[in-house]
Amino acid sequence: MLLHLFLKELTLELRRKSVISGLALYLFSTAFICYLSFSLKQNQITPLVWSALFWVTILFSVINTVAKSFIGEKKGREIYYYSIASPAAILISKMIYNFLLITILSFTGWLLFVILLKNPLADQTLFAITLLLSALGFSTSLTMLSALAAKANHSNILMAVLSFPVVISVLLIAIKITKNCIDGLDRSISYPDLLTLLAINCVVAAASYLLFPYIWRS
Amino acid sequence: MKTWAKILCVVLLVYTIAAGFLLEVPRLNIVNESIRALYFHVPMWFGMIALFTVSLVYSILYLNKPTFSRDTYAVEFVHAGIVLNLLGLTTGMIWANYTWGSPWHGDPKQNGAAIALLIYLAYFVLRGSIENEDQKARLSAVYNIFAYAAMIPLLFIIPRMTSSIHPGNGGNPGFNTYDLDSRMRMVFYPAVIGWTLLGVWIATLRVRVRFLSEKLLNLEHD
Repeated sequence: MLLHLFLKELTLELRRKSVISGLALYLFSTAFICYLSFSLKQNQITPLVWSALFWVTILFSVINTVAKSFIGEKKGREIYYYSIASPAAILISKMIYNFLLITILSFTGWLLFVILLKNPLADQTLFAITLLLSALGFSTSLTMLSALAAKANHSNILMAVLSFPVVISVLLIAIKITKNCIDGLDRSISYPDLLTLLAINCVVAAASYLLFPYIWRS
Repeated sequence: MKTWAKILCVVLLVYTIAAGFLLEVPRLNIVNESIRALYFHVPMWFGMIALFTVSLVYSILYLNKPTFSRDTYAVEFVHAGIVLNLLGLTTGMIWANYTWGSPWHGDPKQNGAAIALLIYLAYFVLRGSIENEDQKARLSAVYNIFAYAAMIPLLFIIPRMTSSIHPGNGGNPGFNTYDLDSRMRMVFYPAVIGWTLLGVWIATLRVRVRFLSEKLLNLEHD
């Protein structure tokens, strides 16, 4: 069931390419604005400014990406899913799908930032691992919040308001590890942070898994 | 709340204020007399965590068996917790103004407290944007549990991993377990109980007001 739902998400997305190309364009425009606003003063982009711009860009693209996973669903279709699948299968398939999407998005964002701005990172592998782990954190927490926001009025505004406080702890740790990557510090210094990030992901994923059936039922 | 608890609350708070300002305190550099903030600032956070935890328990109970009273308890304990959060931030800022030189220092603990405030304000935004009463209660209970799980790393783990100038962290002249001497403990523990009881008292009063207005509404309908 899980696999079928996941494949369904994927085929639907590939079939109507407008959403995915919209997201790509959103990411590109944001990165391009960052580039244009510094245009000739590239040397003023200190590593810390780079990290701030990068994470702000990723955060907003990610919130927009995940927001559509439940908010975009049509009312009637929801009842259909409810009759054929368990809530856990629906949640987990969406989470895996969003994880995939966010990972692609963050790595594309990284590529764009390297091309348009520069690459201040000394440790590429560690940064890639950080991107993966934060993508996991974003997908587990935001998928759940998207389901929550979809039930309320003004869901798009609500999505941003609800998600900010919840993803902030993931974001804070990711920014901290990014700083270590920029400074090229020894890996062993970042291990506790990576472990904390993983632990937060587990807590949030477990909470989503337990709570989702209550949202789905209404 | 039982009468004895109310009397205990008043007695403890009178004791806290009197003893907190009059008794001897250890002399430490920089903090000096401002160490007395310990009796007012720190108990606010203990009380806030206690109230949010009570609210969490009521939210879990609500999902277990939905009743009006459980939802009301969950909401009003969050209200009272937010009051303690604001008081904790204010007392901290007054203290920081004299010892750190400016009210807002961007310290990890200050930021954590401010984000905790945002989390629970978002809880009310969520409640405000759903019209159906049952759905409002259920979805906000879900968010309450989810937000609590997200708040724990923010308040208890991240501040311990980053360097901070807040007392109790690192090697600054503050009050951690070692230099919180027995004289201060005599006031500090009663203060924690007193302020927490005050928070519970406010919350239960608001719950009673909600119950009465609900009753009134039902009478008007009949």
